[in-house]
Amino acid sequence: MTPELTPSQTIGPFYHFSLPFQGGEHLVEPDDPDAVRIVGTVYDGAGEPVSDAMLEVWQANRAGRYAHPEDDRDDPPLEEGFTGFGRCPTDSDGRYEFVTLKPGAVPGPDGRPQAPHIDVSIFARGLLRQLVTRIYFPDEKEANASDPVLSSIEDPEFRQTLIATDEGDVLRFDVRLQGENQTAFFEF
Amino acid sequence: MVQRSSTTGGYRRDDGAHPPYLYPDYRATRLRAPEKPLIILPHTLSEVTGPAYGHGRMGSLDHDLTRQFEGEPLGERIIVHGRVLDGDGRPVRNSLVEVWQANAAGRYAHQGDRHPAPLDPNFGGAGRCLTDDEGRYRFVTIKPGAYPWGNHHNAWRPAHIHFSLFGPAFATRLITQMYFPGDSLFGQDPIFNSVRDPDARQRMISTFDLETTEPERALAYRFDIVLRGRDATPMENHR
Repeated sequence: MTPELTPSQTIGPFYHFSLPFQGGEHLVEPDDPDAVRIVGTVYDGAGEPVSDAMLEVWQANRAGRYAHPEDDRDDPPLEEGFTGFGRCPTDSDGRYEFVTLKPGAVPGPDGRPQAPHIDVSIFARGLLRQLVTRIYFPDEKEANASDPVLSSIEDPEFRQTLIATDEGDVLRFDVRLQGENQTAFFEF
Repeated sequence: MVQRSSTTGGYRRDDGAHPPYLYPDYRATRLRAPEKPLIILPHTLSEVTGPAYGHGRMGSLDHDLTRQFEGEPLGERIIVHGRVLDGDGRPVRNSLVEVWQANAAGRYAHQGDRHPAPLDPNFGGAGRCLTDDEGRYRFVTIKPGAYPWGNHHNAWRPAHIHFSLFGPAFATRLITQMYFPGDSLFGQDPIFNSVRDPDARQRMISTFDLETTEPERALAYRFDIVLRGRDATPMENHR
């Protein structure tokens, strides 16, 4: 008999003394020459910032390799000290920030490359299970156009919610849980 | 062979056990549940890999919530233990388990908790450990109290411990809550009841475990956790 899945439950509002950790939002040191700052605000359906959410990110290194045994390719190489994991609670204004690297392209279904992307899990009071989305990069027009996941979203405006916007110093990736401009979320 | 990882199978989408995003009885879901249809995400290399987080960061008392401060916390000392398994019954090894909870009076050591129950200077309520080769984990803690919340008139959360698990992949990430057997508050709790399948609800309730109790010291509860299993096209074919 195979065991059956344990159901998900909300993270609730009181996780802060347990889950966040020092430097959780820094996947690389801010002075890394390739460091990218990704900032954003999480909004609820009334347009109010969500001050008790937590975001986690998972990504490949700058060469496109995951620090995980299942990425068993010989090439590209791993990068010492880069785990590819980050965790950041939103602040009282619903804001989060990650300092990381733009990941390299990684293989997708059929071995076709996927555009550089970061997988994101969003937890919050009122979310009975995490929401999953992806951050894509605005300077990858060509790769984004042929990315198998992005291309599976028919509505161009909905697709666009997954592409961060370039604000000069930072990339912005706001998360809208509901409403007309709702972010695209995945059944994962 | 260089690209072999791109052809691995994904994880089973046997998600019927999970609660819906929108469950209006739990009021906070009304403005936070997405309204547009979810996009199916194929399980690519990005989703079948995942963080191996927490391995270098474990302190020797991280699993014992009764010994993290100078004195003994108030309340009923308990052992909470179990196994983390995948959907095929295999142990999830060397994987981080994080827990957090209210104290015996039903108060979290959190600024945002305004319930006028006493804080306990000897109880923080946060713990962590790694599963062993059999997928086993073990915490020593205090039985958390029930507490009121503003969801509806006279709403009380049943006693619970929050659990956070990673498993082997981004796709196996799970946050859940462990409940205690026979709690009279189950019937009125929309978070517990958001899990619509009654059998699945039962899987969030720990069992009293007389065998693991420590005489003169602590009662014990067992809570096994099952993460998603792998699709029928297993990775092993490629190894």
